[in-house]
Amino acid sequence: MRVALFVACFNDALFPGTGRAVTALLERLGHEVVFPADQTCCGQMHWTTGYHREAAGLARGFTEAFGGGDVIVTPSASCAATVRHAYPRIAEAAGDPGLADTARDLAVYELAEFLVDVLGVTDVGASFPHRVAYHPTCHSLRSLALGDRPLRLLRQVKGLELVELPAAGECCGFGGSFAMKNADVSVAMVADKVRHIRETSADVVCAVDNSCLAHIGGALSRLRGGVRVAHLAEILAGTEAT
Amino acid sequence: MTPSFERSSAGTTPSSQGPGAAAGPARDRAPKFSAAARTALADTRQRANLAAATAALRARRAAATAEADDWERLREAGRAIKDLTLLNLDAYLEELEGAVTAAGGTVHWAADAAEAGRIITRLVRDTGETEVLKVRSAVAQEIGLDEALRRAGIVPRDTGLAELIVGLEPGDRPSHMLYPAMHRNRAQVRELFARELPGAPADLPDDPEILAETARARLRERMLPAKVAICGANFLVAETGTAVLVESEGNGRMCLTLPDTLITVAGLEKTVPTWADLEVFLQLLPRAAAGERMTAATSTWTGVTPGDGPSAFHLVLVDNGRTSALADEAGRAALRCIRCSACLDVCPVYERTGGHPYGPVHPGPIGAVLTPLTRGVESAADASLPYASTLCGACADVCPVKIDIPDLLVRLRGRVVESRRRRPVPTPELAMMRTLAWTLGDRRRYEVALRRGTRWARLLSRGGRIRRLPGLLGRWTDARDVPAPPAQSFRAWWESRPGRPGGRR
Repeated sequence: MRVALFVACFNDALFPGTGRAVTALLERLGHEVVFPADQTCCGQMHWTTGYHREAAGLARGFTEAFGGGDVIVTPSASCAATVRHAYPRIAEAAGDPGLADTARDLAVYELAEFLVDVLGVTDVGASFPHRVAYHPTCHSLRSLALGDRPLRLLRQVKGLELVELPAAGECCGFGGSFAMKNADVSVAMVADKVRHIRETSADVVCAVDNSCLAHIGGALSRLRGGVRVAHLAEILAGTEAT
Repeated sequence: MTPSFERSSAGTTPSSQGPGAAAGPARDRAPKFSAAARTALADTRQRANLAAATAALRARRAAATAEADDWERLREAGRAIKDLTLLNLDAYLEELEGAVTAAGGTVHWAADAAEAGRIITRLVRDTGETEVLKVRSAVAQEIGLDEALRRAGIVPRDTGLAELIVGLEPGDRPSHMLYPAMHRNRAQVRELFARELPGAPADLPDDPEILAETARARLRERMLPAKVAICGANFLVAETGTAVLVESEGNGRMCLTLPDTLITVAGLEKTVPTWADLEVFLQLLPRAAAGERMTAATSTWTGVTPGDGPSAFHLVLVDNGRTSALADEAGRAALRCIRCSACLDVCPVYERTGGHPYGPVHPGPIGAVLTPLTRGVESAADASLPYASTLCGACADVCPVKIDIPDLLVRLRGRVVESRRRRPVPTPELAMMRTLAWTLGDRRRYEVALRRGTRWARLLSRGGRIRRLPGLLGRWTDARDVPAPPAQSFRAWWESRPGRPGGRR
């Protein structure tokens, strides 16, 4: 299958390893990956912060960049949720029914969703000999309803010990602009998330959104927490050879 | 399809002329949510009280909703009934007025908070009394009823346990819709009663039953001689003109039956068409609100009955911004709210800040919607409320009438930004977000910015992380590191791949 990779601007700049991992994984599974170079940002940040006119412009840009008809895969649950659930609202707010129609035709999948639902695989031949706690991010849990798909993928990874994260479904406190506008509450929330992570004695915290992981990882790093963060794609891309 | 939220509301409810701005607590000098939250977060005892109370409520609610086989169908029915009622509210309100009048009651219409206050103070004055009993009511708080009564020389006497607790400590206020004293634990209540309640022994134990009994004795003294009572209503049944109050203490029922004059004050949106509709909500509310199958006291009253209960019944129906909120889809969705408070108890923000930072009337996620919806977003405090959420969605999952609170918050954020665009000088955030959108709007501009930004960020980093960012970004690095961006972006790596299979299109 030919897959158009939407890497997400955030990953492009800060977490290019995640994009490389998605590429390696999908190619290992025998699929062709293309990277539409006109892609920038889906407009999530502008939409959720209230800049709805600007979000509409970015959404139009996204539909143009990904108008080729390929299946779109992204290692960002919140960006997938934006295209799937927010674009119709962005189009409505902008009075642009054309945008809503174009957006409806886009087949965008978060990575775990694509692997389990579209490709029908849970064992991707990965090896990752570490103790891992999985944090279900809010968009993956409540907006995309990924359920246990990421866990089913992780359970098939050779050498990986999956530990249960207490209060896993509680938000880490990132929330996009919330992390800046309400920094104190945001930090109070991540403090509890970090406490739960450390209770598990995990070496690695895994999630399907690097934005949330930047928040959790940023707090762990400041505290010298001794736990690192890794996107699901990076774990699934790992093999015994790597 | 209704027009967009921002455009349909533009010019209809700016807070400078909005109905809610006419009276009620002043918000112009009120702190923004973030500032008030900082104070609340520092209160470690309150943090512990809230964490324990919300955790207990979450567990109780989860159990009570799990055992109801048709819970999801009940939620859907609740949503549908409210939507249909709100779409045809004018007709149901006429039916309600006719039925209340036929049953011997009198209906009064209050366009805003000030008018509601005037009507109620006049009704009390007409009885010649200078004291009134009150049962907690969100709308009474919304219209600033206590202040209006006091200005008219009338003393309001609260009858709930939580109101007694909150009222004993100067400067304290309710922090939750159902449990206004949730931020206090029993040790604090014991200390407060021993110190402030006349007749309470100094060795009062912190046993909840004994504390409640002590309060009850005190509250009964207030209730027995009362001639006038003011209460809210959870529902108003249009077909019979019946008001419904759901409560756990029974103080409401005493207030409904003892006085000669009963004044019920309620928002227009409390109307339900029929008793069959009411049945749905009497199943939804107790489970969603308190994790109970049924609430201890559910009272219904219809007009007056000679020789039984009050001889005069007044129903004051309050608009105060509701009609204009009903003009669009988002406003109608918000007004489905039945004030169960489930969204407060599951909210990770509320759990840590409590209700006070949300302002004086509506706490929690739904408060962050209702306050700016009815008051507008001109003041910094009101405008900060839609941003008091991570949009995590836990609230939408539990709402018994399926209000998509995160969606409404995002729409209200749009309203905030639109109002700031109309200001002569752009805010720094507006300028930054515009520049960012311009940069992201074109691949070439984005790539230049990506390269420059990466170089700049790598200069700030040490040992692979950035410990301090300048300006507004410093709010992030106050407590969190930022990983140094790798020298090679993803797209730079892609360009460098040998052969670039399927690369540039």
